[in-house]
Amino acid sequence: MSETATFRLNVNGEQRVVEGAWVGESLLYVLRERLGLPGAKNACEQGECGSCSVLLDGTLVCACLVMCASAAEQDVVTVEGLPEQKGELTDVQCAFLDEGAVQCGFCTPGLVVTVHDLLERNAAPTELELREAISGNLCRCTGYGRILAAAQAVVAGRSGSGRSQREPSA
Amino acid sequence: MTVTTDRQERVREGLGSSVKRPDGVPKVDGSFAFSSDLHADGMVWGHILRSPHPHARIRSVDIGPALAVPGVHAVLTADDVPGDKNFGLEHADQPVFAHDVVMHIGEAVAAVAADHPDTARRAARSIVVDYEVLEPLVDAEAAITAAPIHRDGNVFADLVIRHGDPSVEGEVVVEGTYEVGMQDQAFMGPESGLAIPDGEGGVDLHMSTQWLHVDRDQVANCLGLGHDKVRMTLAGVGGAFGAREDVSMQVHLCLLALHTGRPVKMVFSREESFLGHVHRHPARMHYRHHANRDGRLVKVEARIVLDGGAYASTSRPVLVNACCFAAGPYDVPNALVEGWAVRTNNPSCGAMRGFGAVQVCFAHEAQMDKLAAALEMDPVALRLQNAMKTGDRLITGQLIAGTAPVAALIETCSAAPLPAEDPDPDPMGLPGGAGRTADRARVRRGVGFALGFKNLMYSAGFDDYSTARVRLEDGVATVTCAAAEVGQGFVTLAQQIVREVLEVDEVVLAAPETATIGSAGSTSASRQTWMSGGAVERAALAVRARLDAGEQEPIEETYEHHHPPTSPLDADGQGDAHVSYIFAAHRAVVDVDLDLGLVRVVEIATSQDVGRVLNPMQVVGQIEGGIAQGVGLAVMEEIVLDGGVVRNASFTDYLIPTALDMPDVQIVALIEEPEPGAPFGAKGVGETPTISSSAAVAAAVRDATGLELPRIPIRPQDISLAQR
Repeated sequence: MSETATFRLNVNGEQRVVEGAWVGESLLYVLRERLGLPGAKNACEQGECGSCSVLLDGTLVCACLVMCASAAEQDVVTVEGLPEQKGELTDVQCAFLDEGAVQCGFCTPGLVVTVHDLLERNAAPTELELREAISGNLCRCTGYGRILAAAQAVVAGRSGSGRSQREPSA
Repeated sequence: MTVTTDRQERVREGLGSSVKRPDGVPKVDGSFAFSSDLHADGMVWGHILRSPHPHARIRSVDIGPALAVPGVHAVLTADDVPGDKNFGLEHADQPVFAHDVVMHIGEAVAAVAADHPDTARRAARSIVVDYEVLEPLVDAEAAITAAPIHRDGNVFADLVIRHGDPSVEGEVVVEGTYEVGMQDQAFMGPESGLAIPDGEGGVDLHMSTQWLHVDRDQVANCLGLGHDKVRMTLAGVGGAFGAREDVSMQVHLCLLALHTGRPVKMVFSREESFLGHVHRHPARMHYRHHANRDGRLVKVEARIVLDGGAYASTSRPVLVNACCFAAGPYDVPNALVEGWAVRTNNPSCGAMRGFGAVQVCFAHEAQMDKLAAALEMDPVALRLQNAMKTGDRLITGQLIAGTAPVAALIETCSAAPLPAEDPDPDPMGLPGGAGRTADRARVRRGVGFALGFKNLMYSAGFDDYSTARVRLEDGVATVTCAAAEVGQGFVTLAQQIVREVLEVDEVVLAAPETATIGSAGSTSASRQTWMSGGAVERAALAVRARLDAGEQEPIEETYEHHHPPTSPLDADGQGDAHVSYIFAAHRAVVDVDLDLGLVRVVEIATSQDVGRVLNPMQVVGQIEGGIAQGVGLAVMEEIVLDGGVVRNASFTDYLIPTALDMPDVQIVALIEEPEPGAPFGAKGVGETPTISSSAAVAAAVRDATGLELPRIPIRPQDISLAQR
């Protein structure tokens, strides 16, 4: 590996130094393989599946599409760095568990980051807005029903109106 | 995992309640270790060089340029395989590395280990392979009689079922030819694993798979090692759906680890994943249904050709299933079914959710609708009139001894309220969504209905079993079982079962691995609830009996749970080949833009046979997720082949349903009729949601368009360019 670079990233509020990385490495590769943060997943390496969703300077991105060296000095938030609200989990993470939104779990960290980002920007999305917002995150196990239920439970919880509007019909 | 000692709380965590997954917290916080997340000190990265041709002779392979790349630790080819050169689930015909010829695009030719994944990729690209390109055989029908493309011939399996009097004729006859395209399982977590040499000639392999022990045996055979020298541990599995039943990179990883003396990690890219695992068999099916004027089915004739691709995989049992369930869940007194599963130079096909039952369901349900039209009958009424019930016989002559609540499924599902039509829909909710907005005036709604069924567990004489150990010590129960958790929730169920039987609070699940316990069989065929659930239950019951007899802890019991024996089919395709069956009904509502050919699936209503619900939340998850894959097959998903070349090996080009494509799911009824002989009376629910949902969507699109649409996936041009 001839072309290498050393630079700094601000990851989950911590200054991290990336040393001697090949300049072609993606932000996803560096997070996973150099910084010990495996929460963002690689499922398609071309920005189609959303499994690697992270926040880069507050914007939701697919980490597989960001050349890491170009993210130098920027703020990165991964699933590992989401603000805890209930003990060790966020309300979104708790809702995913409570509503049955997790099966194999490979898409889950990306979806958790995406739902957090959506609800920061739109506290009361309609169902279509919700579907649109998570349509960049592929899930092959759940059919999305329980994921939508989890997001709606968070909306209800944050607005103080109690339970999800989307109960399983069984 | 600890739960409170309150009795009510304990019942809540037992069977029948929506207990949460024990692996849920690490899966939501990102710390769960999938196979692609593994790391070992000093590890290097593996990469496989694949054939760009579907059929070619290998004249020579020059690995010199790869060996010269700095950072490369090993470059291996067929010459480096010390044991069996081939592997396979049923028939070892798939080479670890192609030697002499390549039989399909993406076939492994060489493997590299290097200190960086990009170094490994670049080194693999530098290997010079001299191919003599051969004409690929890609037509499954032609393959039956074509010159053999492999020393084992072109026919993996053929089968005839003669039931009743195959010569009788009905008063009304309808026929049709139907096709199903090649579907990919498209799990999210690509194939990946980590092999660690033990320094004594053996190897530890951490891998995402569906069946540890059968992988272990195939790997050891190819390495020329005793089975105890290869130890497999299940790494976190990012979905499976059948695609992890066959060996993919397992042998390559271990070979690289043994050659380099270092831990070796490999992760397939999405393109490699599409090229590196089996798919659902494409099918071509000709059907003729005979009935009397009163609607009573007289006979079903079917000719089924499955394209098995280059290597055998599970083509034979997939064909057995396709033929056994070819007539659908109906009382059919006479049948003649002929089936072939053939070898071509297309990608290999094998297990995918529904396993042969999906393809024939699309055909038999289209036929039932066609028959209803010919009889001027309501299609739901026609199905109800002919619905299979306990005491009927399958077309293999086997008595349906267990539960078969088909009539209840039809009655409940068809009576569910239809979704209202939105007079002013958001453009995002129209067919095509925001990007390709349909013209509301040209959108037509359609409704379709379909029934499906299949067997639970392995059939036709296979000695299917699972092994589990339960140890009770200091009030903590530990379960050891090699059943692969692939997302379905066996881990939740195992804890529920042990809590129920032993009334303990804390149930620990040991890592599934080959070194500590016998086989649990495959996580497939909707079998782990019955097979491994049963093994866990019986081991726990044996512990309970010793506890009740006054014995002191620790108490440990191991149980090997076999299902009742089955028989292979005879020369007429008759025999008691199956243990149990599961049924489902789906009703689809679609909106179709007639000009653009765009389909929006609005809603799927379903009633599902379940035996007994052990975890309602997990049953809902299986149903919704299975329906998503059925919807995908109906209107989106197909591996596009051009002379054996895969044209869409990416998520950009192979489309699976997103949250915007997925319809609302209305679970109308879960029919709980406990299945005799099943642990807790429960049936595995993983596959039926996929089987008849595709057929229901296709029927709904036919209803909306008036077109015959004999092929899935239904493409926009099948509608927009159709002659009306």
